[in-house]
Amino acid sequence: MQTTNNQQNWVEVGRIEDIPLLGARLVKSPKGDIAVFRTQGDEIFALRDKCPHKGGPLSQGIVHGKKVACPLHDWKIHLDTGLAVAPDEGCAARFPVEVRDGLIYLSLEPDSGR
Amino acid sequence: MQKQKLVLVGNGMAGVRTLEELLKIASDKYDITVFGAEPHPNYNRILLSPVLAGEQTVQDIIINEMDWYEQNQIHLHINKKVTKIDRKNRIVFTEDGTSAEYDRLLLSTGSNPFILPIPGAELPGVVSFRDISDVEAMLDASSRYRNAVVIGGGLLGLEAANGLMLRGMDVTVVHIAPWLMDRQLDEPAARLLQQSLEAKGLKFLLEKQTGALVPGESGRVCAVSFKDGDSIPADLVVMAVGIRPNTELAESAGLYCNRGVVVNDTLQTFDPRIYAVGECVSHRGVAYGLVAPLFEQAKVAANHLAEYGIGCYTGSLTSTKLKVTGIDLFSAGDYMGAEGTDAIVLSDPAGGNYKKVVLKDNKVVGAVLYGDTTEGSWYFDLLREGTDVSDIRSSLLFGQHNLGDSGHGDPHARVAAMPDSAEICGCNGVCKGDIVKAIRDKKLFTLDEVRAHTKASSSCGSCTGLVESLLAVTVGGDYSTAPSKKPMCGCTEHSHDEVRETITRQGIKSIPALMHFMEWKTPDGCNKCRTALNYYLLCAWPSEYVDDNQSRYINERVHANIQKDGTYSVIPRIFGGDTSPKQLMAIAQIAERWEVPTVKFTGGQRLDLLGIRKEQLPGIWKDLSEAGFVSGHAYGKAMRTVKTCVGSQWCRFGTQDSTTMGIKLEELTWGSWTPHKFKLAVSGCPRNCAEATIKDFGVVAVDSGWELHIGGNGGIKVRATDFLCHVKTEEEVLEYCAAFMQVYREDAHYLERTAPWVERRGLTYVKERVVDDAEQRKVYAERFYESQKYSQDDPWKARGEGVDAHEYKPMAILS
Repeated sequence: MQTTNNQQNWVEVGRIEDIPLLGARLVKSPKGDIAVFRTQGDEIFALRDKCPHKGGPLSQGIVHGKKVACPLHDWKIHLDTGLAVAPDEGCAARFPVEVRDGLIYLSLEPDSGR
Repeated sequence: MQKQKLVLVGNGMAGVRTLEELLKIASDKYDITVFGAEPHPNYNRILLSPVLAGEQTVQDIIINEMDWYEQNQIHLHINKKVTKIDRKNRIVFTEDGTSAEYDRLLLSTGSNPFILPIPGAELPGVVSFRDISDVEAMLDASSRYRNAVVIGGGLLGLEAANGLMLRGMDVTVVHIAPWLMDRQLDEPAARLLQQSLEAKGLKFLLEKQTGALVPGESGRVCAVSFKDGDSIPADLVVMAVGIRPNTELAESAGLYCNRGVVVNDTLQTFDPRIYAVGECVSHRGVAYGLVAPLFEQAKVAANHLAEYGIGCYTGSLTSTKLKVTGIDLFSAGDYMGAEGTDAIVLSDPAGGNYKKVVLKDNKVVGAVLYGDTTEGSWYFDLLREGTDVSDIRSSLLFGQHNLGDSGHGDPHARVAAMPDSAEICGCNGVCKGDIVKAIRDKKLFTLDEVRAHTKASSSCGSCTGLVESLLAVTVGGDYSTAPSKKPMCGCTEHSHDEVRETITRQGIKSIPALMHFMEWKTPDGCNKCRTALNYYLLCAWPSEYVDDNQSRYINERVHANIQKDGTYSVIPRIFGGDTSPKQLMAIAQIAERWEVPTVKFTGGQRLDLLGIRKEQLPGIWKDLSEAGFVSGHAYGKAMRTVKTCVGSQWCRFGTQDSTTMGIKLEELTWGSWTPHKFKLAVSGCPRNCAEATIKDFGVVAVDSGWELHIGGNGGIKVRATDFLCHVKTEEEVLEYCAAFMQVYREDAHYLERTAPWVERRGLTYVKERVVDDAEQRKVYAERFYESQKYSQDDPWKARGEGVDAHEYKPMAILS
């Protein structure tokens, strides 16, 4: 584990290649499961691994564009905001994430949602 | 970047629908300005009849309120008629001198009612039936006068007459043809219609030509006189003899018009900067006056305005319904029956029922229904799809529910009769009342919209038919035609069939290559199209295609079934349902070792181990593999199970060894990917204990061999199989099964089970390939065997040995 002296407490969780393109990996943390996603354009996002609908594990869904489809009931969640795609309503907590030199750093303080 | 300017002339249904479609796909592309000649926001013109009849109010039929325009930053000019287009400088001008510049112009000027050129046509009290002001004039007259005459016995005229009658007027309909609605009905149906309308109190004068409208002392119309010398009193005359496309503006701007503004398949006029949609348009020589084609046009025009450049409008088939409460009639296609056609007719004038289905080359080309119209949408589907109906010809008139749909009856009638509390979508717990409310409140028109807003039909899809019926019942005449070509999903304009054809014709072997070649609208598709494309590519190139794990649903990605709490279940394959104490002990020991919370028999005679955490999966699979089991594929769009009875081995009645047959079939077919889940069963005698007649492929042993059945479904919509053929030997059963599966694999749309596929394609289509032509059967079977070479390796064994290990392990565990 590694931290930096930014305002956030950043934790290194792995390399960008550890996540398949258009896929996700799970990070288990004391604050609950966090899903870390990788889009086609190598953007990395992190959300609480819980669909706002019925708690489905978002890390197991299909990633497309900047969205993920929940594997239980096909709600679509925006990766960048955690918000459900309208007309559904709900929000998955979003965790700050940064990529430096191919390494993914995650903050365990969610900045929105449930 | 400077936005381009888009000007819409005409604030009606087609034009505004185009804007809605455009905003959905390219909301920031244009600065939009709309000119409307009427003082109202966008309203649903086809619902003017219910407004006149007092069943709805003007407020009810507004589609987009003023604040919709504001929210979408559309500059709306109401009460302003555009009178000039300066194409050189790209400016439009209104009567009062308002102007707007454009980069793209969209004309949606609709149509004008046709006014008979007879003396008196301009008198006060003479109106057409076209817009809200006409309805207001008719309502005003109905409160003050008694006698109304409607000239024109077509759809519009009858709806106007019905409305005026309900408003208390004495109404006579004058029609020039020998029977009513002669553009939509044949004579017998029209006579039945006339009788019912007469029973409601309407009067008719047929084969009557109007000569003049006669003014009274006040200057208002007071009578209609006919060419034969008769005359009748009239305080209100409604002209409903037809509409003509409003091309005045386009013509004055020098655009080519020919009974409508002439447009090409991209809805562009002869000036490519100018688009036109709706009733003002002439496309391939046809001008449409119904709503569904306008919506199809709107979608294509929006696609081109958004510069996607892949939409193509090729014309529409339309059907008709009369919006008069208590009268059910339906007509579509060639209802009269041209040369070379024949017709099947049911005529029961006393019972008020008439059905006529017109056939040509064993395909439905037209239909007229009066009285019981519940089969209308089915006939229309058959017509659009061009289904060969020779196998069902004898029962065609009795309806779809006579075709093995186990007596559920017609979906329209069924959903109409359901209480609001009835659950429609069992997966998402959506009841009828929720759906109806959403359709009404949110003004939903399409299945996709209903899915998005209510979730109904968005999971397993087995209630899709019910939801479509509900939509049709709720929206009424507005939901008459869905386009015959449905795009796969929002990511493309292409249909499933076009995609499959392109894959094989162009030799495309990867998802990105296909998306690039077919100009996908999204960079990496969505969960709907990617899963379908992955299957299509796999089916087309079994030896070469590299499976894309990220385009598989979680169940197929990890070869187990995800359950509601995020745990998984695994089902080892037990061939033909035939097991042994040793196998059972192995499963029991493994279940104990892994502390499996639930062990359950499945509907297909297999054992389901439930409640396994994802990270445990490779371990339990390793144990199962070592005990000799392979995956049961109970999670996949794949061959699932072969259900059997004990057959002649044990049963007093068994005629053949159904268990061994089942094992052989399962050994042949296990591991194969299919468009949807695929189940088989073998029964040892016609008592059919394995319930083979509700399976995708069912085998029933008889004394003389084996009966083969296809296209059954035991799901929510139960469907009994169609009988395919009778064969004598085991080898034949296997070959026919392989060929049938391959035809299904190569032809069906992804997520289409065999039951709807057989209904869509027709049994003849299947028989031609599997039964009639032995050569072709062998070719299909051969392709199936070839494909099985690559798919019959056990995914569990591989993963037990470490394949895709990352899938099952967290990336990091933080303390």
